[in-house]
Amino acid sequence: MTTVATPARVQAGQKAKRRARRSRAGLYIFLTTIAVVSLFPVVYAVYTSLRPYSDTAEHGYISIAHKLTFANYKTAWTNADLPHFYLNSLIITVPAILLTLLLASFVAFTVARFSWKFNLALLMLFTAGNLLPQQVIITPLYRLYLEIPLPSWMSDSDSLYDSYWGIILIHVAFQLGFSAFVLSNYMKTIPMELSEAAQVDGATVWRQYWQIVMPLCRPPLAALATLLFTWIYNDFFWAQVLMQTGDKRPITSALAGLQGQFFTDNNLIAAASLVTALPTLIVYFALQKQFIGGLTLGATKG
Amino acid sequence: MTVVTEPGRPAPKRRGRYSRLSRGDKVVLTVMCGIPTLLLLALIWFPALSSVALSFTSWDGIGGIGTIKWVGLQNYHQIFTIYPPFWPALRHNVIWLAFFLFIPTLFGIFLAVLLDKEIRYTRVYQSVLYLPVMLSLVLVGFIAQLFYSQDQGFINELIGRQGQAPDLLGNPKLNLWAILIAASWRHVGYIMILYLAGLKSVDPSLRDAAKVDGASEWQTFRRVIFPVLKPINVVVLVVTVIESLRAFDIVYVINGGKNGLELLSVLVYDNIVGEASRIGYGSALGTILLVIALGFIITYLVQNFRSEQRT
Repeated sequence: MTTVATPARVQAGQKAKRRARRSRAGLYIFLTTIAVVSLFPVVYAVYTSLRPYSDTAEHGYISIAHKLTFANYKTAWTNADLPHFYLNSLIITVPAILLTLLLASFVAFTVARFSWKFNLALLMLFTAGNLLPQQVIITPLYRLYLEIPLPSWMSDSDSLYDSYWGIILIHVAFQLGFSAFVLSNYMKTIPMELSEAAQVDGATVWRQYWQIVMPLCRPPLAALATLLFTWIYNDFFWAQVLMQTGDKRPITSALAGLQGQFFTDNNLIAAASLVTALPTLIVYFALQKQFIGGLTLGATKG
Repeated sequence: MTVVTEPGRPAPKRRGRYSRLSRGDKVVLTVMCGIPTLLLLALIWFPALSSVALSFTSWDGIGGIGTIKWVGLQNYHQIFTIYPPFWPALRHNVIWLAFFLFIPTLFGIFLAVLLDKEIRYTRVYQSVLYLPVMLSLVLVGFIAQLFYSQDQGFINELIGRQGQAPDLLGNPKLNLWAILIAASWRHVGYIMILYLAGLKSVDPSLRDAAKVDGASEWQTFRRVIFPVLKPINVVVLVVTVIESLRAFDIVYVINGGKNGLELLSVLVYDNIVGEASRIGYGSALGTILLVIALGFIITYLVQNFRSEQRT
């Protein structure tokens, strides 16, 4: 069936189309403006970090650079000994991620694959623990860490306080809830028949966990690893309170102490900030899919 | 820091019966479940409950546990009456929460709705808006200084008032707002991504049906999409509240959380590490935070686990 297009109708159709196109254009202009505004602070930080202090002192910060160098990065890198603090972050972050994933998968496995009375209560306990503001627990935790002794080969502080062990453990305990929740949701989607078949074949619980369920959990494990990396690497509070020795602190919390001492002008602050942000930015660009997938895992795999 | 669950997800399938397992298997399962649970109880829940208990005591932390004195409500009474930074800190936390809810959270939801339309380069827009979320609040604070600092800051140079430039970080009337804008920069992206995930899970036929019925875009969102997304709305609300209560890093790197930037979290910190370690005080402040947070945490748990209870 065809309709006869009267001139008036054609005109009306074109008008509507034009209006739609104009609102589309408005949408793009709006989104682009927001994107530019949102990106600007980072671009400005990069720009400032590349300018020598003398250049900005003479011409002001809002000016065309007369000279761009990596000198600020070099100063920040060597004077403040940033590689040392990178290493501290590594010592904390990698074991904390691995241990969190291992223990969280333990909990998720028992909760998701076996039915017993306390399943729900247990999962709620873990999830709620993850939502508490850190400040609620920090005062007793600080005293507790002082009271728990460690042999001197484990820490030169002789207690959990001011030791890498202490920082790693609190990260693990704190992050367990989120990871266990995500993993248990994912494990529930793995067909039970797989485990039943294995059980008939005489596979132990441990083999079901390690050889059947865990290999299928690679996607959420990868996603969680990227998320945990940024959260643990970006932590400031735990290291600030539970680590006394400035030299042992990871880079994010060390940076605050180095400010003023080494980073005297905005150009240097910008350079040091970007050096600190670098690992998370690399993760972001290389593993963005995993990262966003991790945050939204429940929505697609729930 | 939380998961988005799809509304009406399938009920969990029948799980293995615990009682049918062999003894060895039971031991393995108990250990697998026991170790993480013990860690959680020891490092999270024991301190949380201790915080409540210690808030009714007085202890300087120097003597052993035997020197803890029971003082009843004295800490709370003092905090409410003679502890000068408490009311400003509470007020700042409330302002922080209200600002976060009404400005970056709503804006993040708005952006998610726009980005959910069929537009080109949506991934590029998402990536750009999400970039600040990768930065720690410490770094957000540092970058904020590039903009706000009195003599080297971008903003003061832009408005070009040499000599009488406003001290955006030092002036207690201005600095909280300056910091809130910086923190919002990060929060918008976080909420945008969370909400976008929710929007993607909405059944497209709902939207089509609304369109056929002649609903405008705003009506469709308000009457159809928003109610369907109740689980995500709860997540966004809880994330925003908890982030507002946790806020510490950014004000701490700016000026140690003083002079207009007092927050409850900073006061807790001051009472543990400060010159006079007052554990009862710090615990009472922590307990106040806990009470504020608890309502929202329970809402979240009810929302998330209700579907499981039914099965």
